[in-house]
Amino acid sequence: MSESDPATPLRSAQDKADFKRQLTAVVPHLRAFARGLCGRPDMADDLVQETMLKAWAAQDRFEPGTSMRAWTFVILRNAYLTDMRRNRFRGEYDEGVAERILTAPAGQEEPIHLSDLHRALLTLPAERREALLLVGAGGFSYEEAAAICGCAVGTIKSRVGRARAALSEMLASGNIPQRSVDDATAHRAILEELDAVSGGYMGSPDDGDEDY
Amino acid sequence: MASDGSNKFPRQAGSGTARRRGGAKAAPEWADGLKQLYDAVVEEDLPDQFLDLLAKLDEQEMPPQGRGGSSSSGQGDAR
Repeated sequence: MSESDPATPLRSAQDKADFKRQLTAVVPHLRAFARGLCGRPDMADDLVQETMLKAWAAQDRFEPGTSMRAWTFVILRNAYLTDMRRNRFRGEYDEGVAERILTAPAGQEEPIHLSDLHRALLTLPAERREALLLVGAGGFSYEEAAAICGCAVGTIKSRVGRARAALSEMLASGNIPQRSVDDATAHRAILEELDAVSGGYMGSPDDGDEDY
Repeated sequence: MASDGSNKFPRQAGSGTARRRGGAKAAPEWADGLKQLYDAVVEEDLPDQFLDLLAKLDEQEMPPQGRGGSSSSGQGDAR
């Protein structure tokens, strides 16, 4: 740890207050992203708390003026990949909870069965799922999503395209696998894929720290 | 619930005849649903646990005596 780098300006009380305010503001977005990544709301919220702790500890590395949402999404994503590897999340889908949470907000005419969509989303490979979440739900540009995932823009475009095609196919046919991640073979495949995916970190320019 | 099994995604009012567009380029019907999934969570009331956590982190950072600064700052430099 080279914390005494002279190039790093001392953070003012104002910086710290700004950081807290901005972090507070993105928590709902962290919850939404986490909910999309792992199907269960309770686990998603655990992941968000973990992310907040890590972000707080790393706040000296946040550059004021840059996107807090993008910065914290990187941390959340990495925490998710790590936890996945430790077997905490298995893409489990809590049907009852999802049904309650994902139906249409009051006031809509028809009940919206977003639960089908969410279930289909959870069957996608992690890399495609996160790409689609970032671009299709979070409203990030391809460029921003590529920075968050630490990969090329073309890679993100291709992942989003494949994710869209797979979802369209599943939803059109009504053929949504119940739990593609349940059996050991599928799970192993997911872990192998995660190893490939998790190579990407946005990385701040001045350190190669992979520990957040 | 979804008795018809096919019309599960929101339609604009009055566009009840919307059909699946054949082209791969057109935004799929469910694209809106994806945003809704996300936005619905964003708009939920934030559970207290998150605000509590932030408050706790903030307290750790700033021990009470460091806050005002009025008592300590006048001593060293004013002579």
